Amino acid sequence: MSERVVVDPITRIEGHLRIEAKMDGDRIAEAYSAGTMVRGIEVILRGRDPRDAWAFAQRICGVCTLVHGLASIRSVENALNYPIPPNAQLIRNLMNGAQYVHDHVMHFYHLHALDWVDVVSALKADPKATSELAQSISSYSKSSPGYFSDIQKKVKTFVESGQLGIFANGYWGHPAYKLPPEANLMAVAHYLEALSWQRDVAKLHAIFGGKNPHPNFLVGGVACPIDLNSDSAINAKRLAQVQEIINKMQMFVDQVYIPDLLAIAGFYKDWGARGEGLGNFLTFGDFPEKGMDDPSSFLIPAGAILNRDLSTIHDVDMNAADEIQEYVSHSWYDYDAGKGQGLHPYDGETNLNYSGPTPPYEQLDVEQSYSWLKSPRWKGNAMEVGPLARVLMLYASGNEQAKELVNYTLSTLDVPVDALFSTLGRTAARGLETKIIGDMMQTWHDNLVANIKAGDTKTFNEQLWDPSTWPSEARGVGFMEAPRGGLAHWIVIENGTIKNYQAVVPSTWNAGPRDQNGQPGAYEAALQDNHTLHDPKQPIEILRTIHSFDPCIACAVHVTDPDGEELIKVKVR
Amino acid sequence: MSKDETLGEALRRQGVTRRGFLKFCAATASMMALPPSMVPVIAAALESARRPSVIWLSFQECTGCTESLTRSHSPTVEGLIFDSISLDYHHTLQAASGSAAEAARETAMEENHGKYILVVDGSIPTDNPGYSTIAGISNRDMLEEAAKGAAAIVSVGTCAAFGGIPAAKPNPTGAVSVSDLVHDKPIINVPGCPPIPVVITGVLAHYLTFGTIPELDDLKRPKAYYGKSIHDRCYRRPFYDKGLFAETFDDEGARKGWCLYKLGCKGPTTYNACATVKWNEGTSFPIESGHPCLGCSEPGFWDGGSFYSAISTPTEDIPKAAVYAVGAGAAAGVALGAMNRAKKQKSVDAHEKVTIDDLDKEK
Repeated sequence: MSERVVVDPITRIEGHLRIEAKMDGDRIAEAYSAGTMVRGIEVILRGRDPRDAWAFAQRICGVCTLVHGLASIRSVENALNYPIPPNAQLIRNLMNGAQYVHDHVMHFYHLHALDWVDVVSALKADPKATSELAQSISSYSKSSPGYFSDIQKKVKTFVESGQLGIFANGYWGHPAYKLPPEANLMAVAHYLEALSWQRDVAKLHAIFGGKNPHPNFLVGGVACPIDLNSDSAINAKRLAQVQEIINKMQMFVDQVYIPDLLAIAGFYKDWGARGEGLGNFLTFGDFPEKGMDDPSSFLIPAGAILNRDLSTIHDVDMNAADEIQEYVSHSWYDYDAGKGQGLHPYDGETNLNYSGPTPPYEQLDVEQSYSWLKSPRWKGNAMEVGPLARVLMLYASGNEQAKELVNYTLSTLDVPVDALFSTLGRTAARGLETKIIGDMMQTWHDNLVANIKAGDTKTFNEQLWDPSTWPSEARGVGFMEAPRGGLAHWIVIENGTIKNYQAVVPSTWNAGPRDQNGQPGAYEAALQDNHTLHDPKQPIEILRTIHSFDPCIACAVHVTDPDGEELIKVKVR
Repeated sequence: MSKDETLGEALRRQGVTRRGFLKFCAATASMMALPPSMVPVIAAALESARRPSVIWLSFQECTGCTESLTRSHSPTVEGLIFDSISLDYHHTLQAASGSAAEAARETAMEENHGKYILVVDGSIPTDNPGYSTIAGISNRDMLEEAAKGAAAIVSVGTCAAFGGIPAAKPNPTGAVSVSDLVHDKPIINVPGCPPIPVVITGVLAHYLTFGTIPELDDLKRPKAYYGKSIHDRCYRRPFYDKGLFAETFDDEGARKGWCLYKLGCKGPTTYNACATVKWNEGTSFPIESGHPCLGCSEPGFWDGGSFYSAISTPTEDIPKAAVYAVGAGAAAGVALGAMNRAKKQKSVDAHEKVTIDDLDKEK
């Protein structure tokens, strides 16, 4: 009988994720991804004021804080045909863009880096050589031998205390760590720098949304007014603050994140040959220049890529009943007509039915249901969403900057194009899109300033704010590209309240379990691609590939419906 | 730092000057609204302490509370982790996964039995143990086991403190708060969705500095941060008193920073430090950025009716007047302001809690 490797909890992610792997010798033969926590936020949303929904939906996740808020207000606006002022669109782009830059940098340093960086090895580094290394890859100012020596002292004192805290029981010294001590020390220094940097750039959300995490949103526009003659609105001082934050973002991405990413990746080129997974990629599109109704103005285009074929971008229709469907064959839910069928979110039904082992348990029965995640499919295909999908879509659709960045990365690392389809490719793509979106922040800010200069300060459209102006029935879909991938919320409004609410989120696409045909989800497929474990008790290889997706499991867990009532059919106009 | 070395010794060995250390203590004292005479007390306490073990458990949560922790400018999360506490278990930040992570938790619980601080974010489902598990263990079992050896429990966020969004109607998983399950340990509630970053770290700093839990109100919230309503400390309060309200978003009143009461602001019934401490190093807070307060640190705020419906004020004699004031507009607002001044001291002294549900009943 094959050995089963269980990793639970998967840490340095959002939420509760468990991986079980059936081994064939030291090689992963079958992998199973299980979300182990459920709350039922979509059920909680029923009966509420649709204008309130964003606040509930946003609490689906506090790491991707804001993305569910944005998808939610877009769903209401789509349902009501509710236009928003151009300034509100630009401010939303700035807020989502800031989320990308903030989230991706934190993911790289605080969630992913310790898979590649050996903190303890940093103690052996020569600060002077570290300084030389840092200066050879970047013009970042904090690069003196004294600076690295101070960081090293801090780490040394910490390690010698015998109280290792969050660094306790890491797989330090594992042969899979390939960085020289100097590169480790540089990365540890930037781990700390990034913690400090992210606090400052999160302020952009506080300026427009009052706070971060969980900034405020508003159906019909944004809540912050613009008035150059007011001390309580977006004024010249606030705009200058935003500009400074954008400068800080771009500086850190250009001088720290991207150089570190390329330097570290150079030692792990073998990870460009494993962890591909599905080879199918999906985007919904986002960052409109002219509003959500004009997809041709999106920075990131929508589409599907199948079997690595970048020459064909398939159209995606989010309303077609036979395109996006969710399966529950291996999920702890029932469908009225049996677990085998797939349902479009319009027709979605979700009856909670935990049939797993009674806790405490050692092992899940992966032949039966084994996750609180559903299995979304596009035309029956399991799809990967997220940074790699977006960068491929930009590349395939001819975005010049994306092509330049991808080609530069491949030539710098001296790896073939195939290396894109891998654990390493996914991690690199996240960095490249951070650069693209960080650069776009300036354009959105410039456009906002230009609008104000031209006399347009409108941020809110009052036209449909009052529910008495709404039709008795309305339904719509709000979609977006969240940092972790394509996200969509479907809403049904009846007599001014929410009749039904459904969210299909990035980590459900990526982390979902097998479907009725036994087709694995993206995590599962990626782990089944060329993974051998050096030591099953220290499964760092599993962490590398799982973290390359940046899991967000609170997001991914779907509706619960304890009463088992049938959900209303949703039609998008 | 050797096992017996104190934090003060360690800091000096690291080259942190006495002056720099005292500056940190002064900043901490100021943040906790303590007089300057307390600075030496804080310094002495910090210098003599080994870093206490902190075990952080995450249950039905969104990780917003952990994200908020990392946004704290003073103390910073890296400052806490390196200098003040030993964060021995924390899913989002810790290096180890799987059995290595669980071993870290078990070791910390054993070695620091009776002494560690247990921090919890997220609610706990009670309808079925399978609704939320970690390493195959139900949240409830893990909480009850970890609570046994804790010196104190800090419930961070409205979910851990009061049940929060998972407990909002119809509470699909039977979610409850920490204090619903644990009755024999000191519990500090630090609500908010999420709590203000420096409030999370400030409460930890208080415990580390004084070795006691801060003075709490009847909902177990530290009075230092939850003692006053947002309304009472709001910079827009003078407009409320004058009866000047934003009637809609982006109107003249909204642009001039008038009171957001009519747009549904829950500041009058929300006890939190947003209006004084503010968010993200004092950058702003919801009302300052034009959005009414949601009331996110209050129990049951999710079920208090629309976030955009005006509520009444928390003084028992005038809820009807307040409700009428919404309809009657500015003139009634002036009268209401005058009445409130007379009633204010009474409600502050008693620190009465009137929930939005109560106010709805009054209507």
